[in-house]
Amino acid sequence: MQIKYLSTLMALCLSFITGYSHGAPADKVAELCGSCHALERPDYEAQGREERFSRKAPPLYFAGNKYRQEWLAAFLQAPYPLYPSGYFPESKLQDTADGDIPNENDLVTHLQLSESDASEVTDYLMNLQPYTEMLSQDNYSEGKVSLRMGTLDFRKFKGCDACHQDSEDNGGFSGPILYDAWSRLQPHYISAFLKNPLQWDPNTIMPVPQMNEQAVHKLVDYLKAIGETE
Amino acid sequence: MRAVIAITLFTLLSPLSHGADDNQGKRLYTMYCTQCHGVHGNGLGVNSSRMSVQPRSHIEREEMMARSDEELFKVIQQGGKSIDKSNLMPAWGDNLNEEEISALVAHLRQLCCEENGNE
Repeated sequence: MQIKYLSTLMALCLSFITGYSHGAPADKVAELCGSCHALERPDYEAQGREERFSRKAPPLYFAGNKYRQEWLAAFLQAPYPLYPSGYFPESKLQDTADGDIPNENDLVTHLQLSESDASEVTDYLMNLQPYTEMLSQDNYSEGKVSLRMGTLDFRKFKGCDACHQDSEDNGGFSGPILYDAWSRLQPHYISAFLKNPLQWDPNTIMPVPQMNEQAVHKLVDYLKAIGETE
Repeated sequence: MRAVIAITLFTLLSPLSHGADDNQGKRLYTMYCTQCHGVHGNGLGVNSSRMSVQPRSHIEREEMMARSDEELFKVIQQGGKSIDKSNLMPAWGDNLNEEEISALVAHLRQLCCEENGNE
């Protein structure tokens, strides 16, 4: 009994000294990230499409299956805009005579964390891996595609650049930029997401690409090729 | 009396009636279409300035009336290529169910052809 009290007392002292309690990383992530990002799977079935309207940022409850750890830690310390016109449909657009343009003043700037906070948050998020089993079934393996053919495929044949940028000066504004995708995302995630985005997010505004596995892998290889030439 | 009931029923059952369907169509349009077709449906969405083929304006009555509801349904469900148009218009048939696509078609009809449709 005395040992139990002693260990409890030691744990309390330790948490007082370090500022952490047992649940602290979860609390910290909830406080820092939870107001914009879903840290648990939303109840898509109950909320329907309205779930998307309540979102301010991408869900993070499968962050450990999606992001590369080193990228996430670096991003949290030096964030940059991933969605050039904000996150749809809450994106702040300005209606002008020349068309809709991003309203720079209304675009949300991502929180910037210290190195230690970024490390702690990254460690926590990378442990959120509910789809590991699903990812293990993806059979993408890195290949090579010529930049010329990959560019043609991405832009002309698949039309991905309607929404996504494969370089800073080409592509639309509503989807996440993709010239950083290779450094940001795990290859199997890119492949699995492209095969069926709805498996990851029933309210995604990414249309399900009508293409076979080989075509998906070519696109992943293209993202690798542009990522490695950045 | 019969005429009143008939008119009431027609109004309630018409796909173009204002109500839940219209609101659903408008919400879906905001979510899936405005990026390219514009927040006012004028074809000048935020992506349009960099697109090789300009998105259709949904507020041009004449052009929109040249398309049947079935064609609009098909192009939303199966993409631009299904009606020999640009592949930049994706197929939404996996993302949206038929009821949702019908709600979008009804909203397009409102945008193009009803007073104050694009407000």
